[in-house]
Amino acid sequence: MGVSEVQSALAEEGYVAGDRLSMALHLATALGRPLLLEGPAGVGKTEVAKAMAAVHDTKLIRLQCYEGLDASHAIYEWNYQRQLLAIRASEAQGGTSEAALFGEDYLLKRPLLEAISQDQPPVLLIDEIDRADEEFEAYLLEILSDFQITIPEMGTITAASRPMVILTANGTRELSDALRRRCLYAYVDYPDRDTELAILRARMPAVEGLLARQIVGVVQALRREELEKSPGIAEMLDWAAALSGLGVNDMAQSPEAVQSTLVCLLKTAADYDAAPREVMDRLIGKVA
Amino acid sequence: MQITRFPSRAEGLADRMAGFMEHLRMNGLPVGVRETGDALSALSEVEACDVSEAREALSVLLTGDAESWRKFDALFDAYWFNAGKQRQGVANSTHVKVQSARPLMWQEHFEDAPSGNEDSASEDALTPDFGDGEAEGQDGRLIATKTDNLTRRDLRELMDEDSLRQAEAAATRLARAMRDRRSRRRKQALRGRELDMRRIQRASLARGGEPLELHRKARPPRPLQIVALCDVSGSMTVYSRVFLAFLKGLVSSDTRTDAYLFHTRLMRVTDAMRDHDTLRAAGRLSLMAEGFGGGTDIAGSLETFLNSYGAKALNGRTVVIILSDGYCTSDAAALGDQLARLKKRARRVVWLNPLKGWQDYAPVAAAIRAAEPHLDAHLPANTLRALAALEREFAKL
Repeated sequence: MGVSEVQSALAEEGYVAGDRLSMALHLATALGRPLLLEGPAGVGKTEVAKAMAAVHDTKLIRLQCYEGLDASHAIYEWNYQRQLLAIRASEAQGGTSEAALFGEDYLLKRPLLEAISQDQPPVLLIDEIDRADEEFEAYLLEILSDFQITIPEMGTITAASRPMVILTANGTRELSDALRRRCLYAYVDYPDRDTELAILRARMPAVEGLLARQIVGVVQALRREELEKSPGIAEMLDWAAALSGLGVNDMAQSPEAVQSTLVCLLKTAADYDAAPREVMDRLIGKVA
Repeated sequence: MQITRFPSRAEGLADRMAGFMEHLRMNGLPVGVRETGDALSALSEVEACDVSEAREALSVLLTGDAESWRKFDALFDAYWFNAGKQRQGVANSTHVKVQSARPLMWQEHFEDAPSGNEDSASEDALTPDFGDGEAEGQDGRLIATKTDNLTRRDLRELMDEDSLRQAEAAATRLARAMRDRRSRRRKQALRGRELDMRRIQRASLARGGEPLELHRKARPPRPLQIVALCDVSGSMTVYSRVFLAFLKGLVSSDTRTDAYLFHTRLMRVTDAMRDHDTLRAAGRLSLMAEGFGGGTDIAGSLETFLNSYGAKALNGRTVVIILSDGYCTSDAAALGDQLARLKKRARRVVWLNPLKGWQDYAPVAAAIRAAEPHLDAHLPANTLRALAALEREFAKL
C-alpha cells in the first residue's frame, strides 16, 4: 500500500488526512514503528486511529492515559477475587495447584497485553501519553521496542502479531527523548480552509454549500482571534450539526441562531465575551 | 532551484545520507547511527526519487517534536539543494571569517567582540556557559572561537566571569529555596516525623486494641515551579549578561524551571540554557534570536506567552519572575491587562527591576505604574547583593 492509497482509503472512511500525516501512517505500517502525533486539541489525532482501524478492518484497542496510571491498569492484573473463590471452592476437593491459579483464566488483560495477544494485528491507541507519569513511559518503552511483556508467574508473552501503535500528546508535559526517538513523528495542525471544507463535506454531506463555506470561514477567522480555547474540528462539526439541525441555510439571515449556537464553539466565558454579535456579524460578512 | 549538488567525495546514497544526519545533528536534532539506517529503509518504502515524498518520509522519521518539525524543511533544503550553504572556496583558502550566524540582537549585547582582533580573542580562554561564543558561519555550520572578556561602561565591576558565576550561584540558591516547600497537609509516610493516630487506631482493631503497628505521617514536598521571563531589549543591554547568567542558574537547578527571553517577540530558551554543550547552546540561542529588532513590547510578549506556552507552564504552584526595567513601547493599559491575566493563572508574579535599586527611583513610567497593582513583589535587582538578597524575599512568597 503506497502513500496515496493510504490517503484515499482514509478518505473513504471519512477522514481527510494531509500528505505528511498519510506518509507518517504509511511508514508506521511499513516499518512497524509506533507513531507519535502531536498538535492542538481537537484536530483529529484520536480520530486517525479510529479511521486506521476501520481501514485495516481490525480492532481498535484504546488506552486512555491519566496521572497515576500504573501497570495493573495498563498491562495486566490478577483476578484476586476469582482466585480466592477458586481456592475456597476447591478446598472440598482437596485443593488446587498454584499453577492453575496463575493461569490464563485468572489473568485480567488490560489494553497493552490485549493488544499484543491478538491474532490479527490491531490498532493500539495510547491517548494523551503526556498525561501519564514518567515511570509509565519507561514501561511503555520496553513494550514498544520488543512487543513482549513479562509476567513473573507465567513467563514472557511475545506478541502474536505486531499492533500498529499510535500515541497522541498535546503538551501537558515534555515527553522523554527516548520515547520520541523510538517513534515516528507527525505534527497535526489546524487544517487550512480547503481541507476543513473537505472534512465538513465528508462528515456532513447534508450541509449546504453556502452554509459550509460560512461555517468554515467563521471558524478559521475565530482561530486567528486571540481566544483562550481555539475551536477545533470537533467543535466545528458540532456547530455545523447544530446549525443544520436548526434549519439555517444562510448565517446572515438568522443571526439569533448563530449567536445561540455559539455554545458549540466557544467553551469559556471570556471567549464568549470576546465574540459578541457585532464581531460575529463582521466575520460572517467577511466570509460571504 | 539547483538540483542536488554534492561534494565530489560522496560515494553514494548511504554516504550522502550520513552527511545529512551530520548536518541535522549540527542543528540540534537528536539523530544517530540508527536513524541513518532507518532513513535508508524508510526511503526504500516510498518513491525515493520523488522529492516531496522523500522529504515527507524523512521528516516523519527524523523529527521528534514540534520545533524540529517546523524547521525540518529548511534543513532539508539546505543540505539537498545547497540552499543554506555559503559558497565554499572563498572562505576556505583565505582567513576570511564570515560572521553570518550571529544575529543582530546578540551583536548588540556583546558588541565589543572584535571582528578583526584575533589576538585578544585567543588570549582569553574563558568562555561563559551561555550563548555568547562568537558564532561563525562557514559552509553553513557554526564554529566556535574564543571570545575576549567584555568590559563595560556601566556596572563594570559586575561584569567579570567571577561575578557572572556569583549571579548564577545566587539564582541556583534562589531556585533551591523555592523548591524546598512542603504541603500544609500531612500524608501517610514511611519515615514521617509524626505519628498518624487515626491509622494506628484503625490498625489496632486487628490486634484487639493494642497499637502494635505505628503508622507515621509527614508533610509531602510541594515544590514551587519557576517561570522566568527576561527582557533583553536595548535598555537592558548592560544587565543582560548578568541576567542571562542568573537565568541559567535558575534553569539548571532543576528540570521544571522554564525560561524565556523577550524583546519585541518572545522565545523559549529553556532547552538552550540547559544544554551542557556550550557551543551548541550558543548556536541554538542565536538561531532562536534571528529576526529580532530593537525596542520592547512587554505586553505583546506576555500575551504570546499566555496564549501559547502559558497553558503548559502555569499552574497554581508557579512563580513567574519577570526581569525587566519596565520601559516598553506597548500600551500601559494592555500591560496591566496581561499581568492581570497572568496573575489569575500563576501563584505569584514577581518583577525584578534593575532600576529599582537606584537612589530616588520611583515607578513613574506609565507601564510600571500600570503593572504594579498586579505584582506580588517588585524587587530591586541591580547589584549582585540585591540578587543574593532575593532569597530571603522569595522565602516569604
